[in-house]
Amino acid sequence: MAAIRLDGLCKNYGDVAVLRSIDLCIEEGEFVVLVGPSGCGKSTLLRLIAGLEQISSGEIRIGDRVVNDLAPKDRDVAMVFQSYALYPHMTVRENMSFGLKLQGMARSRIEQIVQAAAEKLEIQNLLARKPKDLSGGQRQRVAMGRAMVREPKAFLFDEPLSNLDARLREQMRYEIRKLQRDLGTTSVYVTHDQIEAMTMADRIVAMRDGIAQQVGTPAELYGNPANLFVAGFIGTPAMNFLNGTVCNGIDVMVGTDRLAQIAPAHATPADGRVIVGIRPERILLSAPTQGVPSQIDLLEPTGLGTILHLRIAGQRLKVFTTERVTAGVEERVGISVNAADVLLFDPGTGLRLSTRSERA
Amino acid sequence: MFIEPHRTRYWLLHYALLGAFMLFALFPLFWLLKVSLTPNNLLYGEGIRLWPSQATFAHYESVIAHTQFPLFFRNSVIVSSATAALSTLLAAATGYGFSRFEFRGKYWIIGLLLVTQMFPLVMIIAPIFRLLSPLGLTNSLTGLVLVYTAFNVPFASLLMQSFFDAIPKELEEAALLDGAHRFTAFWRIVVPLTLPGLAATLGFVFTAAWSELLFALMLNSSSSVSTFPVGLLAFVSKFSVDFGQMMAAGVLALLPVCFFFAFIQRHLVQGLTAGAVKG
Repeated sequence: MAAIRLDGLCKNYGDVAVLRSIDLCIEEGEFVVLVGPSGCGKSTLLRLIAGLEQISSGEIRIGDRVVNDLAPKDRDVAMVFQSYALYPHMTVRENMSFGLKLQGMARSRIEQIVQAAAEKLEIQNLLARKPKDLSGGQRQRVAMGRAMVREPKAFLFDEPLSNLDARLREQMRYEIRKLQRDLGTTSVYVTHDQIEAMTMADRIVAMRDGIAQQVGTPAELYGNPANLFVAGFIGTPAMNFLNGTVCNGIDVMVGTDRLAQIAPAHATPADGRVIVGIRPERILLSAPTQGVPSQIDLLEPTGLGTILHLRIAGQRLKVFTTERVTAGVEERVGISVNAADVLLFDPGTGLRLSTRSERA
Repeated sequence: MFIEPHRTRYWLLHYALLGAFMLFALFPLFWLLKVSLTPNNLLYGEGIRLWPSQATFAHYESVIAHTQFPLFFRNSVIVSSATAALSTLLAAATGYGFSRFEFRGKYWIIGLLLVTQMFPLVMIIAPIFRLLSPLGLTNSLTGLVLVYTAFNVPFASLLMQSFFDAIPKELEEAALLDGAHRFTAFWRIVVPLTLPGLAATLGFVFTAAWSELLFALMLNSSSSVSTFPVGLLAFVSKFSVDFGQMMAAGVLALLPVCFFFAFIQRHLVQGLTAGAVKG
C-alpha cells in the first residue's frame, strides 16, 4: 500500500501531446477512477504509472520513491488488463503463481498464497483449468487473483469490465470494490463508463484531451461540475444544455420565458448569454398552465420512471420523472426548476459561472 | 437414420473432389515408389503397368551398399538441419524486432527483405562463388549452410513476424508487471506461444534446404561434400539413366522430410493462443 503522486506529468507522441501537465495525489488505500471518452489519455496515464510507457516530463512517486526511470517489475504495482491477458499456455494456478515464482518464493508458500486468494475469489475449483476453458467472469476473477497474490503497492485497472455483459459487469463492479475495501490497496481504475466511475470511486478524475478537467468525489462532480464537459459526461440521462440569457443579473431566460430566478450571478458575460445546465431528474412537471410551457415530443419509459423529451422555446429538453406521466405525445406540460438546480456556463470557455450565493 | 439426399450428394462431391486432388498430388510419388521397386529387366519390358509383376528391393540395396548416396544423405541432413536451426533462430530474432519495436527505416528494411525474394537465384551464382571462394567456403558444407541461411532468413523473418504479431502485447506487459525482465517475458511467455510458428518456420526452411540443387551443384564440386539432390544427378550417366536406383534414392531422401513433419505437425496445429484475450 502506498500513495501515488503525479507532478506535472506530460506525455507526447512525437508532436502530439497526449497528457498535459497532470497533477494528482492518490492517497494510500484510495480508489481513484480515471474517466473520460476514448482518446482522452486515461489509459496512457495508467500505463505511465505502470511503467509500460516512458513519461516525457514530470514526476511519478509511488510511496516515497520516484519511479520515473524504474522498470515495471521494480515498481511493485499490479495491473488488470481489459483483455485480462492471462497466459494461455498456463493453468489458472500457474497464472497466479507466475509472479511469485519470479520472486523466488518457496513452492509451499506460493501454494498457500494462491490457495488463499482462490478461496477469496471463489475459484478454487478452476485452478487446474486453462484460460480458454473459463467464462468471461471467471477470467476476470483469475486476473484479479493474479494481481492480488503479489500484495502490490497499488492495483491498476484498465477497463477491466468492458468485455463483460451488463449484468455481470454490475456484479463484478461490486466484487472489485468490495475486494479493494477488504485489502485496502491503493487503486487506480480506468473506465469510459461514468456509471462505473460514480459507483466505485472515492474520487473521480474526469479527463478530456489529456487534461484533468476536474478531480473530486462523485457527489462533487455530479452536483458541482467545473465545466460543460464534466457536466455533460457525468449523469444519465445526460444534463440538458439550453441557450439562455441572464437578465437583470438574476432572471434566467430561455427564449422569452423565465426559467428561474437566481442569486445574483457572478461574472456573467457582458451580453448576458449563457448556457443553462439542468439535470433531467431535477426538473419539475406541472399542469400546462403553470410554469414554463413545453410540448412533449416523445416518452421513454425506463421502468424506474419515464424520460420525457420536451421542446421548449425551440430547444430540446429531457426530463426524468419517477411520477406517473398522464400527458401523451404532442400534449403540453409546464415545467419549473429550483434556482439551486440551475447551473450556468460561459458559452465561450465552457466554464461554470458561479453565483454569489455559492461563493459566499 | 434418415439422411437428406442433397446432404449426401454434397458429401459425395466433397470427397470426390478431395480424392481427385489427392490422386493428382500423390500419383508422382506413387510412380516414384513403383519404379524404385521394379527390377531393371521389367522396367521397359512390361510397358505401362500400375504395379510390376515382380517387386524387389535390389535398387535400395545397391544404393545403400554400392553408391556414395549414404554420404550425400548425411551431408544433406547436416546442411539442412544446420540451415533450419540457424535460419529460424535469426528469423525469430528479426521477426520479434519487427513485431514489437518501432525504429527508423523499419518499413524500408522490410521492403528490402521482400525485394531479395524477387531475383532468380541464377543471377547471383557467380558473385556468390567469387565471394565464397577466397574464404575457402566453396567445396564446404559450412559455405552451403551460410548461403542457404542468407536466402531463407528474409522470408522466414516475415513469417515469424506474423506469428509474433498474433500474440497480444498485453501478455508480455502482464509478465513485465508480474516482475519479469524483458527477456524472461519473451522466454517464458512469447516463446511457448510461438512454438507453432517456430515449427512452421523450421519445416519451411528445412524443406527448402533439403531440396536445393542449384547452389549445391555450383559451389561444391567435390563429391565428398555433395548433398543428395546433386547425388541424384550421378545416376544420370552419359549413355543411360539408372532409373531404378535414382528412384530408390529419391524414396530414401523423402523419409527425413516425412519424419520431420510428423515430428512438428503437433505444433503446426494452431489455436494455442485461443482464450488469451476476450472470449
